[in-house]
Amino acid sequence: MNLSVQYLWLIPALPLLAAGIGALTPRSGKAIAAGATIGAMGLAFVLSCGALVTALKDPAAHLVANFTWFELGHSAVRLGWLLDPLTALMCVMVTFVGLLIFIFSTGYMHEDANFTRFFCFLSLFAAAMLGILIANSLLLLFISWELVGLASYLLIGFWFHKPAAAAAAKKAFITTRIGDLGFLLGMLWLSDATGSLLFYDAGKGVLETSALTALVTQTTVGGLAVSTAIGLLLFCGAAGKSGQFPLHVWLPDAMEGPTPVSALIHAATMVAAGVFLIARVYPLMSADQAIATAPLHALSVVAAIGAITALLGAVIAVAQNDIKRILAFSTVSQLGYMMLALGVGSWVAAIFHLLTHAFFKALLFLAAGSVIHAAHHEQDIRQLGGLKGPLKVTFATFAIGMMALAGVPFVFSGFWSKEAILHAAHGWNVSHLPFYAGLVAVVLTAFYMTRLVAEAFFGQARSPASEHAHESPAVMTVPLVLLAICAVLLGFLGTPYWPWLQHTLDPKFHSEPGGGGLMVTSIVLVALGIGSGWAVYGRRLRAKASAPDPIEAKVPDLFAALAARLGFDELYAATVGRLNTFLADAADVFDRYIWDGAVRLLAGLGQFTGNVTRETDENLVNGGFDATSEQLKSTAKTYSRAQTGDTHGYLMLVALGFVLLVLAVMLGGTR
Amino acid sequence: MSTLPLLSLVVFTPFAGAAGLGLLRGASPAASRALALIFSLSTLALSLVLLGGFDPARTAPQFVERHAWIAALNVNYSLGLDGLSLLLVLLTGIVTPVALLASAKAERDSRLFGALFLMLQGAALGVFLALDFFPWFLFWELSLVPAFFLIKLWGGQGATRAAYQFVIYTIGGSAFMLAGFAALFVATGTMDFNTLAQLAADGSLAQKLAAFGGGNWTKVIFLGVLIGLAVKVPLWPFHTWLPPAYAEAPTGASMFLTGVMSKMGVYGFLRILWPIFPGPLHDASCWLLALALGGVVLGAWSAMRQTDLKRMVAYSSINHLSYCLLALFAVSYATGRAGPSSEAAAAALSGTLLQMFNHGLSAAALFACVGMLEARTGGKRGLHEFGGVRTAAPIFAGLCGVAMFSSLGLPGLNGFVGEFLIFRGVFGLNAWAAAIACLGLLATALFLLTFWQRVFHGPRAGATTGVFADVQPGEYLTLVPLVALMLVLGVAPHLLTRLINPLVTAWAGHLTLP
Repeated sequence: MNLSVQYLWLIPALPLLAAGIGALTPRSGKAIAAGATIGAMGLAFVLSCGALVTALKDPAAHLVANFTWFELGHSAVRLGWLLDPLTALMCVMVTFVGLLIFIFSTGYMHEDANFTRFFCFLSLFAAAMLGILIANSLLLLFISWELVGLASYLLIGFWFHKPAAAAAAKKAFITTRIGDLGFLLGMLWLSDATGSLLFYDAGKGVLETSALTALVTQTTVGGLAVSTAIGLLLFCGAAGKSGQFPLHVWLPDAMEGPTPVSALIHAATMVAAGVFLIARVYPLMSADQAIATAPLHALSVVAAIGAITALLGAVIAVAQNDIKRILAFSTVSQLGYMMLALGVGSWVAAIFHLLTHAFFKALLFLAAGSVIHAAHHEQDIRQLGGLKGPLKVTFATFAIGMMALAGVPFVFSGFWSKEAILHAAHGWNVSHLPFYAGLVAVVLTAFYMTRLVAEAFFGQARSPASEHAHESPAVMTVPLVLLAICAVLLGFLGTPYWPWLQHTLDPKFHSEPGGGGLMVTSIVLVALGIGSGWAVYGRRLRAKASAPDPIEAKVPDLFAALAARLGFDELYAATVGRLNTFLADAADVFDRYIWDGAVRLLAGLGQFTGNVTRETDENLVNGGFDATSEQLKSTAKTYSRAQTGDTHGYLMLVALGFVLLVLAVMLGGTR
Repeated sequence: MSTLPLLSLVVFTPFAGAAGLGLLRGASPAASRALALIFSLSTLALSLVLLGGFDPARTAPQFVERHAWIAALNVNYSLGLDGLSLLLVLLTGIVTPVALLASAKAERDSRLFGALFLMLQGAALGVFLALDFFPWFLFWELSLVPAFFLIKLWGGQGATRAAYQFVIYTIGGSAFMLAGFAALFVATGTMDFNTLAQLAADGSLAQKLAAFGGGNWTKVIFLGVLIGLAVKVPLWPFHTWLPPAYAEAPTGASMFLTGVMSKMGVYGFLRILWPIFPGPLHDASCWLLALALGGVVLGAWSAMRQTDLKRMVAYSSINHLSYCLLALFAVSYATGRAGPSSEAAAAALSGTLLQMFNHGLSAAALFACVGMLEARTGGKRGLHEFGGVRTAAPIFAGLCGVAMFSSLGLPGLNGFVGEFLIFRGVFGLNAWAAAIACLGLLATALFLLTFWQRVFHGPRAGATTGVFADVQPGEYLTLVPLVALMLVLGVAPHLLTRLINPLVTAWAGHLTLP
């Protein structure tokens, strides 16, 4: 089956329709809402596969369908769809993972009173996410991008009666909006500099040679090429959405949302949108590489931020106790890896890792959801324990996800995609620091995932919740199994021995030889991470929920600092938050006392002058004037009878008089 | 082309309705409300007729009516309609009935309320259609009378003070404008906007004024007119009358004040100040840009500190209208400079016009929502007096949510298109101004989401704990049209842009200084 680019819009339109149906369905119509959502997503998956078939016919081509949104001045604001292997592969991934998560959700959210609303929001999210993928216009991408943010806001705050969820939703929206302001400015600049926002437009698009040449040759503040400046501004948006340092603080809090939401939005798809954005505009991001003397290359910043984030997320994950927070910080860290790959020049490795990560992280979150569901909403790994017995399918699939994330060699997809990233980082000729950061993160990732599995699944049940845990229904376990299968198989699409994925995404891709030594190194590091994790947590299993963590016992200060996420939230509250409060206070005080005060002072002055003249008059005016004024008074009394004090009467007269006046004028005028 | 004086009909039908209501002393409240609603709907009906006959490609005023009024003074009764006027007539036609409906329940003395409202409507329409300063100024001042009584008689506790401040401040500003136009008239012998604009464009206005009163005379007159308009919009820092006036007014009046009346000032900037004083406006544009940025950024920050929801929405109006002025000042700033393209100017001006329309919808809807909160809780509207409204009234929360996200410029809803075009234009004309204005976008999101979180989220608390009804049938009539338009115009902005694009293109194409 083929899907031509003209009909690409059907892919997001179907979930959007389902969202509309869900919004209008009453609370009792659970089957309708879920059916519409799952049906639309299933169809969208089929269409995405059709789009993939079309795209694979000529992987190097960018098929586009552009159209005018509205006329503006002598030109127009144009939007369009874009079909290439990147779009198609991402669409297939999002619709497939989304479909499985939707099915899982019918089980997980079964008893929620707002079930229909939940599926409405999920569909809205899917539509917006797919809109990002098929956009051939930065503006359309931005529109979808913000709608994804809205869906994320609604879903994080889905249990809005919980103050923590409501606060987390707002924090996510505001933090990502800070990044989005950069995105907006970058987009404005790009539009102003090139006169277009279409990516590909028969030679006139912003990612095509003539526009890129112009952007590289112009320079701006600090000698930066305009393309560098725009690229960095766009990266602000990507960093916000993809939870990159220093805007990563919202992502762990987003775990207040229902777990399928965490799996879909805050692990597999939306948070990867930033990575996708940079990959999409890669020609722009990398344009300044042509100038060797540039003071700064946009991609170097991306690499640095990615490396910091990869390390930071992994370090903090070591000391978290909430099963979802561990996975959230792991997501932060893995997104850092993807950015690192983009920064060091290998966008195909980034997308490879994006795809494998989507599957194994969705798997991990859904399996965690299965654990939480089974253990009566207990999320603290210290309270769990001993779950491998009762939750056999969940344990087996979680273990597969864990090994894929940790990068256990050869069989698991995460190994191959992470290998591709490390390989690219190793070959980066600017600095080796990102490479070393990546290596350290490999050890840490294997370590904290081993800790998580040992604490949650091994040993004995440490709370009534985990004692009474029993396996989730098939509607939840079957998606787990399917995702687990993908978490294994997907890696074989991009091994160095058969780099099909790399060649499909980028036909100019050529694999560099000599990865053997690197592979051995990373295998050793994974073994080191798992081994040390098992040595600390697996050999002597936790007996009581209240017992201190072995690391906490050794270095309490460090552990406490990590558990408190290195104090980023407090730092922001003390700086940005306080500045904001101060400015709001200042603006308000200015209004109340300075500006309004000035107005009142003026009015007071007027009154004072009036009083002075009155006093003067009264003292200086002689009796003759008094007599005259008496006369005047009595006349005024006669007239004032007309003043009834009846506002009806006044206004009626005013209106009537006005109408009459105008009528008279009109009649007089036409004479 | 029909020979009916369509524009006069548009303006005077509401006045006729007001007079009718005044005469029908025995009318029941229900009948008065129905009558007021029917007359207020006349604008919408007539504007659909206008839409049918309107040719967007012609940029000159259409449906022109012109009669000599006071021949000795060369005063003409002259009405005309171009894309800008049409947009605002449409907006008035939509907002007025909806605002009347929002006030339908609780107002005492419906007859007087309806009559005042119709007068207000007619005066606003007169402002949007008059082409001669004399009738324009009459309508401009006339609008204050019903607005004053609506606030004073139906307002909250501080209404009297707020109404006085509002009217005195605005009249004070207008006095400067009147004086300015008197001087213009003496120097040129005309008060016709188009004639004055032509004189300004070929440079003879400045010469005549200089001959009349000296070299700085143009600047003095410009300043007078500027003050009059700046108070009306309001331009920061002439805005302190607005929060109390909007907050103390009854719901329907707040909706009209923010939806329609706040556009009168921006309209004045576009129709009068910019065409007649292009030179002085350009000279002052640096300072004015700074003031507009003050409104965008500090207005939003002030909103964050408000605990009265109506004052918060009022401040958000200051912020939103400042975007309009920011765009206009940026265009004026760039006029005559090398570099900026007419494309950027077209974007900025289109954005201004769209923003006027969109803000009318979203701010009116937000005031309606606060009014509904008040109606359910005996007048409570404090930020901290609610909690969990979304649990109690999910449909209300949904509709209010759309209005809120429209106000914070979420793509897919109407507010985004105008704001995007303004930012697109301003960036091309003065990039730093656009960058600073971004702070306003952030602060807007912050205070609106705080509003949302405190009032709608969390457990039911405060005034929400008791009985709290969801949207009532009559209230749907207020909210649904506004929300539906937000959704439609967010996806299909060409419904509006096609009406104004030729006009805006022409404006952007003639950016020269005399």
